[in-house]
Amino acid sequence: MEMKLESHEPQGPLEQKWSKHKKDMKLVAPNNRRKYEVIIVGTGLAGGAAAASLAEMGYKVKSFCIQDSARRAHSIAAQGGINAAKNYPNDGDSIWRLFYDTIKGGDYRARESNVYRLAEVSNNIIDQAVAQGVPFAREYSGLLANRSFGGAQVSRTFYARGQTGQQLLIGAYQAMMRQVQEGGIEYYPRHEMLEVVIIDGQARGIITRDLVSGEIKRWEADAVVLATGGYGNVFYLSTNAKNSNVTAAWRAHKKGALMANPCYVQVHPTCIPVSGDYQSKLTLMSESLRNDGRVWVPREKGDKRHPNDIPDAERFYYLEEKYPSFGNLVPRDVASRNAKIVCDEGLGVGDTGLAVYLDFRDAIKRDGEDTVRAKYGNLFDMYENIMGENPYKQPMKIYPAVHYTMGGLWVDYNLMTNVPGLFAAGEANFSDHGANRLGASALMQGLSDGYFVLPATIGNYLADVKPGTRYGTDHAEFEKAATDAQAQIDKLLNIKGKRTIIDFHRSLGKIVWDKIGIARNKEDLEAAIKEIRELREEFWKDVYVPGEKNNYNKYLEFAGRVADFFELAELMAMDALQREESCGCHLREEYQSAEGEAIRNDEDFSYVAAWEFKGLNGSLEEVMHKENLEFEFVELKQRSYK
Amino acid sequence: MSDNMKIHLKYWKQDGPTAKGFFEERTLDSVNEHMSFLEMLDVLNEELQLEGKDPVEFDYDCREGICGSCNLVINGQAHGPKAETACCQLHMRNYKSGDHITIEPPRAAAFPVIKDLVVDRSAFDRIIEAGGYISVKTGSATEANSIPVEKEQSDVAFDYATCIGCGACVAACPNASASLFTGAKIAHLNKFPQGEVERYNRVTAMVDQMEAEGFGDCSNFGECEAVCPKGISISAIAEMRKDYVKALW
Repeated sequence: MEMKLESHEPQGPLEQKWSKHKKDMKLVAPNNRRKYEVIIVGTGLAGGAAAASLAEMGYKVKSFCIQDSARRAHSIAAQGGINAAKNYPNDGDSIWRLFYDTIKGGDYRARESNVYRLAEVSNNIIDQAVAQGVPFAREYSGLLANRSFGGAQVSRTFYARGQTGQQLLIGAYQAMMRQVQEGGIEYYPRHEMLEVVIIDGQARGIITRDLVSGEIKRWEADAVVLATGGYGNVFYLSTNAKNSNVTAAWRAHKKGALMANPCYVQVHPTCIPVSGDYQSKLTLMSESLRNDGRVWVPREKGDKRHPNDIPDAERFYYLEEKYPSFGNLVPRDVASRNAKIVCDEGLGVGDTGLAVYLDFRDAIKRDGEDTVRAKYGNLFDMYENIMGENPYKQPMKIYPAVHYTMGGLWVDYNLMTNVPGLFAAGEANFSDHGANRLGASALMQGLSDGYFVLPATIGNYLADVKPGTRYGTDHAEFEKAATDAQAQIDKLLNIKGKRTIIDFHRSLGKIVWDKIGIARNKEDLEAAIKEIRELREEFWKDVYVPGEKNNYNKYLEFAGRVADFFELAELMAMDALQREESCGCHLREEYQSAEGEAIRNDEDFSYVAAWEFKGLNGSLEEVMHKENLEFEFVELKQRSYK
Repeated sequence: MSDNMKIHLKYWKQDGPTAKGFFEERTLDSVNEHMSFLEMLDVLNEELQLEGKDPVEFDYDCREGICGSCNLVINGQAHGPKAETACCQLHMRNYKSGDHITIEPPRAAAFPVIKDLVVDRSAFDRIIEAGGYISVKTGSATEANSIPVEKEQSDVAFDYATCIGCGACVAACPNASASLFTGAKIAHLNKFPQGEVERYNRVTAMVDQMEAEGFGDCSNFGECEAVCPKGISISAIAEMRKDYVKALW
């Protein structure tokens, strides 16, 4: 039976959709809100902000995270900034322009209505954060400062040195802890969600593992929010924190929630290059560096001179030459792809040849070292720490790395998945960035979802749920979900094979990076599917999971997550294979111009691919549903940053 | 580049909060200078697992010095020898072949051991819970630029706000005091007009909670500032104490 995907977008003019929707949505009266329980999994910007906001409104919230404290969610690592359409610099910004840049940046593969709402609430986020005491950068006037970011010709990014994510997350965390104190939130750190529980077609709870005691626990509620981040760690090496994973979203997918556009993965252009096999993660250098740093490689192959000895005429400033209007500030996908192109041509630098220079020589000459230090000091220090080279004295070496996943659980305009009562927010959903996210937009989306969207739309859903509905956690569906969760843990521990989890994960990551990475083609994708299946089979036969189930056991946690990555990886390849066009971060080598620019096919592929899990038996069985994207307000153009 | 540094490790093993702990020793033969300290521990754990042994547990997440998960005490120093560097950002080029490295969890009554090098720092959450915030509800904020803040003031607030909540300050303090952690939050929020309003309630609530959690008092040793991976100034503690006394009167 064909599933009907209803986006539930409000009708009417773009500028009025959200306000009209807010007017039309049902409300829950203050005295009734305490009768509803909402589970929120994840305490990053989206989850933390939603937990705080819903609890303030009077709902009973249960908040879960895998870290030892809510304050450690991976949002904390975002460096550069958060966009908003305040137009403080008076340089022509507006809600419309932020909307337009975002939809264009996403290569016209996102819903207009969602993106417009995001731009619309962006200003409220800044107000909220300032009121919480977030120490944004300020001018000498005492007013807020802005800087520019890739993919935009205005300065609309608010920032707190290179630690904007940290400061915004701590703001949300503090708001959340205030509600813990007031009794509105029950708080469960070091708990991992393993199953979602669906009763009579509605999400009614979750199963968690207590990561300290190993106990499998059951939790019932009237609605469940997954704010569990992205799946970049499927690549093994990424800029994601080591514990970031797809488990909550994937297990929900296997219970019926659709997974949308899983092949849209953003590769960030400015990361510290790989140095060896022991490498456990890649470190990002904020995109803001491209404001002042100039990207280049030597014009001659195999030029082994020290970069400072290579004269300007022999340097290939490839972004500035190819894209004169945006130069070093082209969007991330364009910058990453071009780094790969020059390295594939043999122009790469460093020991591995997989790096390009990001050079601050001219900025230091122009503005002085102190000014550069004031803007980027912590990033330069981090670079020096890792590489053992001083970036004030010689150019940084950078290379693209997996950073963010635009794909995620399919949600409607209300951020609800196709499973009633199951919501997804932040990076865990697919909603706002299309096929490519612009810099400084992840923080904006996480907080928009958490502070402003979910608090309104969850009420609209709960208004139709009878207050106090309880099935009890001994209901058959809870029983089954808890048994399944335990069974998988037992199975993993009992394999007692010979290869370590990390070894398997590294091998999986290599397949995914080589064949479902920056550039893809049919042949590679088909090969990837085959290799992933074979390696997955081997994993379930030969993995060694140490330790016990009833104790703190980090490697057991990893084993479960890697098992899920093995399944997701196959779906990513399937999704990339069916999308016979190039768009945003998804470059199919068969569909590009002579200059290597992505060629979209709007006629055939202007849709969201939403996958339904059908089973797993050696191969992954999934059915694709399409949500056609209608563009009423913007004209679709081939993106050009030339 | 050196690929074959020999490193002698001695690390703490403890099965649970009440179990008796002990040191285990092992030598790694091929440590690369570009490895981070935690990557070296990954290598150790891979070796242990290949021999069918249990790995040593330690806390980590972002591995770029910002989440505050890691908090190893290395040769007696919280986060190891490099100033203003969390141990996930400490690279092995800071050591030489033949070095002996002892790794312990932060030791404090308020941070009970969960397993091996992993401790329970939920006391920090409860200190923030007691008052480490500005009581503003979602949606009730005024236009951001209606609250100007002197740039210098805001920059100082930022310096305090960079605390990553790792607990190195507690580990380094002879009294196992959480004064730098608590003081940093108080000093951050007090610098803003919007934070000033709750100033005295905040300081009493947070300091009282800190004591209730079993952290010691501050005797101005200054060890906390020395090990703080974000270089937070001990002047935060002076601010906290000044305000606490004012609040009592």
